[in-house]
Amino acid sequence: MQPKLTLLSDELIPRIVEEAYQLMLKPGIKVMNAEARQLLAGAGAQVDEETFVVKIPAQIVKNALSTVPQKFHLYDYDGNPKVEYGGDTVQFDPGSSGVAIFDPDTLEHKTAETQDLIKLIKIAEQLPQYDAQSTMVVCDDVPKDLHDLYRLYLVMLYSKKPIVTGAFTNTTVHQMIEMLAIFAGSHEQLRKKPRAIFDVCPSPPLIWSNFGAGNLIALARAGIPAEIVSMPLAGAAAPVTLLGAVTQHAAECLSGITIHQLAKPGSPIVWGGAPSIFDMRKGGTPMGSMETAMIDSSYAQVGKWLGLPTHAYLGTTESKVLDMQAGLESGMGALIGALSGINMISGSGMLDSLLCQSPEKLVIDAEGIAMAKRMLQGMKIHTETLATGFYDNDINFKGGDFLKQKITMKLFREEQHIPSNVIDRDSIRGWKASGGLDTLGRAKLRVKELLASYTKPELDPAKVERLHAFVLDLARKAGMDALPVHDLSPVVAG
Amino acid sequence: MSEELYKQMAQSIIDGEKELAIELAQKSIEMNMHPLDTITKGFVVGVNYIGDQFGKGEAFLPELVMAGEAMKAAVAVLEPELLKLGEAREMMGRVVLATVEGDIHEIGKTLVGTMLSAAGFEVVDLGVDQPAEKIIGKALEIDAQIIGMSALLTTTMVRQREVIEELDKEGLRPRIKVMVGGAPITKDWADKIKADGTSEDAVGAVQLAKKLVGKE
Repeated sequence: MQPKLTLLSDELIPRIVEEAYQLMLKPGIKVMNAEARQLLAGAGAQVDEETFVVKIPAQIVKNALSTVPQKFHLYDYDGNPKVEYGGDTVQFDPGSSGVAIFDPDTLEHKTAETQDLIKLIKIAEQLPQYDAQSTMVVCDDVPKDLHDLYRLYLVMLYSKKPIVTGAFTNTTVHQMIEMLAIFAGSHEQLRKKPRAIFDVCPSPPLIWSNFGAGNLIALARAGIPAEIVSMPLAGAAAPVTLLGAVTQHAAECLSGITIHQLAKPGSPIVWGGAPSIFDMRKGGTPMGSMETAMIDSSYAQVGKWLGLPTHAYLGTTESKVLDMQAGLESGMGALIGALSGINMISGSGMLDSLLCQSPEKLVIDAEGIAMAKRMLQGMKIHTETLATGFYDNDINFKGGDFLKQKITMKLFREEQHIPSNVIDRDSIRGWKASGGLDTLGRAKLRVKELLASYTKPELDPAKVERLHAFVLDLARKAGMDALPVHDLSPVVAG
Repeated sequence: MSEELYKQMAQSIIDGEKELAIELAQKSIEMNMHPLDTITKGFVVGVNYIGDQFGKGEAFLPELVMAGEAMKAAVAVLEPELLKLGEAREMMGRVVLATVEGDIHEIGKTLVGTMLSAAGFEVVDLGVDQPAEKIIGKALEIDAQIIGMSALLTTTMVRQREVIEELDKEGLRPRIKVMVGGAPITKDWADKIKADGTSEDAVGAVQLAKKLVGKE
């Protein structure tokens, strides 16, 4: 039995949804994209073309909800289903779109570049805790017109895992879909077996920007999964109450789903978000706060009630270094996300409120995720009797008796998660003998090991060549003659 | 008598009581108190107090925002009186504020605008998603000394650089100073794009703006 955390009572959920429906009528949703307004007007919504405020009747939303797929998969490079959206499946991916990389030696946050992203991809590729890759940092060494698609390009070259990504403009979303189609073989194949999902963000409160709504429409028509990342900021860009924020989240997601399904009914879309409380001292967005996790857990419960796949940003921290604050915020967030049965939990590796990625934190967070995933397996009944069967004639009231049992050898791996060396369980003597390292020190070693053991994925050389050509053409248009990819030739099959 | 009223004025700002601040401002006019005194000896004292408390971590953003709003409301009542007297509150400077193109986040920027107004700056807030030419155009139109640009997204902060490059190209600096802000904005970033400064919060932004116009 998968253990579950539920913060909302059965009576509260329909109240949240009902008030979300009310918000879509008053004050309505501000939709900055003309095509989205047309779609909504065509379905019977009342559109004010001067203020761009659209009043969306509940019936239109309910129609949209009836066509959303409850379940879908993301596929790896080889076409195997690896990520499942829907139900209570829990999966993790690293946090996306950081701008800095953590230097574990100087503790500085440095502007991220190509080589940093490649390093992060290599780490995430080898950690089974990460069910998908994400386009983790923006690389400052390429022109900004390429920022979003260049991240995807690197992930496609260095990984085979499914990808959580996102476009920054209404133009590049099409280019990124094109890139994915090159590897899938065709647009049709990509639709059938999508490898990537695109994050799309409404703007709190209750706004769909031109770009956000444009992306929803483009993704729906292409049949590529979209993940709504609604970010109510409780106390600033959303009501100060956690329940108020959960309700605004619902209104933003429901309106997004409506635009999306009107563009193409049946296209896959996820009830997701990156909400936060608003820090009243510094004005920041404490992603690692308990209240933020409570908003996430609650809106996921609402999404499940509506029968939708879910996503959240959890397992991350405000801390600037890999210290105890980073550990406790990230660990608690990951556990709460897992117990909430959220399909994709993004945020690992990130410091400083999602601004700074860290390879070392990725390996530490992987341990936290492993703990959370162990928790999800719950208490398992392996044996006919719970205990009495273990006490056979060889039990002599001695401490080590159970070590000698075959069943111990058979079952300990199922009962216990065996952590990597990032987690220290040594004696003080053993710990000192192996260098007396703290978590960061051990994580640095693990990163070194993983970078050494990484092997490039075998990719179809013809597809790689087409991808290179496609991206290089865009790079030239952006004023760059060569791309700063170190070693542009991944291992190719054959 | 007026001493007591000054205290009440300051307190109305500290408590973020906009209606009360308006009432007190009107009362001061009826009592023929000089509007400049009302502002500097009454209301400003409250704004400064809350700013200090905020700096110490003892006041919080909602209090700062409400104080700024109350201050703006009180000054709006008093300004016509100042004009009648042919005087004006000493203007610290003119500032154009905007969130850069592609970005529609404005909580921090609006707060900076409120605090700058409260501190005596003339502020034109262009709002969100503003392209470089609009920001620069407005700055020239009102002869602004400062452009303040906000960006919350890591993906749009690069636009701050575009505005600065454009200003340099037109030879408009150092005549126009540039302040940048937003969650992902660091001092390194501000230096890198050759901005004139950045601040962590709205109170710091006021200090920075004063410094940039030489009125520290």
